[in-house]
Amino acid sequence: MLSEIFISALLVIGGVFGLVGSYGLVKLRDAMQRLHAPTKATTVGIGGILCASIAIAWLERGVASTHELLITLFLFVTAPVTANFIAKAYMHRNIEAASLPQTETSCGWAGYAPPPGENEPPSGDKSN
Amino acid sequence: MLNRILPHPYLTLLLTIFWLQLVNKVTLGNVLLGFALAVIIPAMTEPYWPDRPRVRRPFRAISYVGLVLWDIVLANIEVAKIVLFKPAADIRSQWVSVPLDLKSPEAIAVLAGTITLTPGTVSAMLAADGGAILVHCLHTDNPDAVRDEIKTRYEARLKEIFE
Repeated sequence: MLSEIFISALLVIGGVFGLVGSYGLVKLRDAMQRLHAPTKATTVGIGGILCASIAIAWLERGVASTHELLITLFLFVTAPVTANFIAKAYMHRNIEAASLPQTETSCGWAGYAPPPGENEPPSGDKSN
Repeated sequence: MLNRILPHPYLTLLLTIFWLQLVNKVTLGNVLLGFALAVIIPAMTEPYWPDRPRVRRPFRAISYVGLVLWDIVLANIEVAKIVLFKPAADIRSQWVSVPLDLKSPEAIAVLAGTITLTPGTVSAMLAADGGAILVHCLHTDNPDAVRDEIKTRYEARLKEIFE
């Protein structure tokens, strides 16, 4: 009984954060702001549901299951990379270098300025 | 001799644990198979990743993961409040430039991932010489505080782990 309440609570928490993340996609105004919403859904939203899955296996069926930790890990590795790609694609199309803060180093930002030792501006989208 | 078979003992340990999690059942056969894979895979991939960083303080790495997980939960609640209760016109997003002391590419990659995973900040771009990282902040009135928090809370710890 107690374990059912605990598992349900985890599922509801995960669902609520997933919903808030999706609502953020609708509400926020530009692509950079919208990027913040899915990083939320993949962390606490998915995390809550995976914790529920571990709890069901452990409390209801008596098996120790750690599969879910791997899902979390793969999400944590891939989500920032995806977010970074989307941010870069958006910046190349819509954001001028002048509207960004200074780097405070001798070079500009990688997507806009050449790497140290090269004077030619990078052709196309050769960033990083 | 041991160094030649296991040039990266933590990587081998990690891969063995991954294998056991994938099969989700700990038996002697699985441990041996996982260990064999964890010895062969790092050896085979060595040419593609020549200067693998050595983690200096593995226990700090574990406490770093704990800290980041805790921060993710707290920051999620913070951002959920902004998304739900703040009128769209009042959300003041800002770019923050964070100068980096980290040099190792792997450490910078972990820092960039941490910044993106803690909701409210997304890492967007590096300076061309890797000396600074550009962070987009969903809502802040004090960009300096965001920069200082990233530097003291995450970067200083990563510096201890990697360098």
